[in-house]
Amino acid sequence: MSKTVVIDPVTRIEGHAKISVFLDDAGEVSNARFHVVEFRGFEKFCEGRPMWEMSGITARICGICPVSHLLASAKTGDKIQAVKVPVAGEKLRRMMNLGQITQSHALSFFHLSSPDFLLGWDSNPATRNVFGLMAADPDLARSGIRLRQFGQKVIELLGAKKIHPAWAVPGGVRSPLSEEGRTWIRERLPESFATINTALGLFKRLLDQFGTEVDVFGKFPSLFMGLVGKDGVWEHYGGHIRFTDSEGKIVADNLSEDDYQEFLGEAVESWSYLKFPYYKPLGYPDGIYRVGPLARLNICSKMGVEAADRELLEFRNRAGGVATSSFYYHYARLIEIVAALEYIEQLVNDPDIVSPRTRATAGINQLEGIGVSEAPRGTLFHHYQVDENGLIKKVNLIIATGQNNLAMNKTVTQIAQHYIHGNEIPEGMLNRVEAGIRAFDPCLSCSTHAAGQMPLHIELVGADGTVLDEVWRD
Amino acid sequence: MDKVKLATVWLGGCSGCHMSFLDLDELLFELAAHAEVVYSPVGCDLKTYPEGVDVVLVEGAVANEENLELIHKVRERSKVLVSFGDCAVTANVPAMRNMLKGADPVLKRCYLELGDVTPQLPKEEGIVPPLLDRVLPVHEVVPVDIFLPGCPPSADRIWAAVEPMLKGEKPRMEGRSMIKFG
Ligand code: SF4
Repeated sequence: MSKTVVIDPVTRIEGHAKISVFLDDAGEVSNARFHVVEFRGFEKFCEGRPMWEMSGITARICGICPVSHLLASAKTGDKIQAVKVPVAGEKLRRMMNLGQITQSHALSFFHLSSPDFLLGWDSNPATRNVFGLMAADPDLARSGIRLRQFGQKVIELLGAKKIHPAWAVPGGVRSPLSEEGRTWIRERLPESFATINTALGLFKRLLDQFGTEVDVFGKFPSLFMGLVGKDGVWEHYGGHIRFTDSEGKIVADNLSEDDYQEFLGEAVESWSYLKFPYYKPLGYPDGIYRVGPLARLNICSKMGVEAADRELLEFRNRAGGVATSSFYYHYARLIEIVAALEYIEQLVNDPDIVSPRTRATAGINQLEGIGVSEAPRGTLFHHYQVDENGLIKKVNLIIATGQNNLAMNKTVTQIAQHYIHGNEIPEGMLNRVEAGIRAFDPCLSCSTHAAGQMPLHIELVGADGTVLDEVWRD
Repeated sequence: MDKVKLATVWLGGCSGCHMSFLDLDELLFELAAHAEVVYSPVGCDLKTYPEGVDVVLVEGAVANEENLELIHKVRERSKVLVSFGDCAVTANVPAMRNMLKGADPVLKRCYLELGDVTPQLPKEEGIVPPLLDRVLPVHEVVPVDIFLPGCPPSADRIWAAVEPMLKGEKPRMEGRSMIKFG
């Protein structure tokens, strides 16, 4: 008899979610769904607010990557004011985003995912967490914590707060980096490089043992999307949008965020608060694409900085060209930290970074604007319409994690198909389904502009729709 | 002395308060020496809220039926409940939708007007929890013992509040450094 399994809630990812697994009559997995169960409604309740408040409000979508919203919102404001941000302003914004990429990726790797790699997928759930890691390998845990701290501190030195700094504004940023801040960053960089090199060495050794995970944690062809700079160089702030396929062929290039509605659609399903963006020319759901670290490494020609470029070469060799396994998200994240540190090192030695000319001012000169930034988890779009006074009339937000929704569902299905045969849910399978999701580092606060707790609840549903078995893990 | 049983819970918020908790950084080692984290979306894989929790930090406002159910369970099973951050204390940004009547306008905008194929409202029973008509601060639903405001409260403030509780003492929530909003 066919049935459904529900995992509720999923932990160590940032947000609320559940997973259902559907079995067919033969007891084999026919399908699996990743449900997101929170929703806050920013797109509606921002109406009527002054455009200048939007970066402060939308930063509250997500406490993990508030800087992405801050920047996408400020860039939307740049367009509505029709101003060009001064050179120093752009460099400072870039620096903050690099700090954020560092802290967010360090959180994903050290605090949230490495307990699976280092303590084991099947280890005791009571200690399979950052505190367990602190007990088992205090040196690694401490250096990981300090690497995240470095990224958070870069944000704080620029914006006066680690989380939700009110700093990037339409036209630029409020203030430059202080000389003391500059010194602090310079002094802490060598330790940060050492930590990421250790982590990369460790992960590469683990990768050799994780053949199964590489093969079943979401390995499938899809499109990849993200920003690239001039000559296709890795980008996180400006540039243009590129789509490539799983052979590495460029499918679309030089796209502007201004035209996003021409190439991105958003589908809705009754069983999730997370929408399903897709690449319009291929339709729904065939227009499945992935964003984030894996996509950015697959679409770019090079990283543009030395050490990260060496790592990118090795990454592509190990993956056999384009990395199609979602397990490689972890690997890609570590390489992006290397790149972020190298770019921070360049910027901290740039005289513009302490220049007081950080902001252009203007009134409302256009009634619509679309801004884009690369959040740690992928491309983020803000789209506002305003009236003559700059009061918001309409908002649309397309968030990184949402764009991986189709891919996360496919990953969960693939993992379930590998581990579930018959009516039993094998021990250890729950953790792997969660770990498959965790590879995407989904930020559900962002994606539904919501947030929450994630216990684990799997529901096994029969072909006739009856729930035959449920498992709550505790 | 036995370790303090500490939990953290996440309702309708942005996770920023939890991130600020992780900004304790190396103080997390000290925390772990005096406390056992028994339930937390960022620090523990156990899926059911346990009995006998000494201190719980609750981030976020009560925004949907699942939050409502969880907060009652959390209250029953915990000695000291801390309203953690502005969303828990005042309902903050999530409550901006309270200016509209009920949850329908926000849902319709997002899923009917901004969805371009298959527009519909997510409503699968037992899977997506219905939104409450009004987003509520935690103390409107259950009694709260300590208010720890901030959006988010800084790691310094969190430590100043949590450290005394590790010794079974009540923190002094006074002065700008401890109770300023934002
Ligand atoms: S209080 Fe602020 S930081 Fe905390 S959850 Fe609410 S919006 Fe996020």
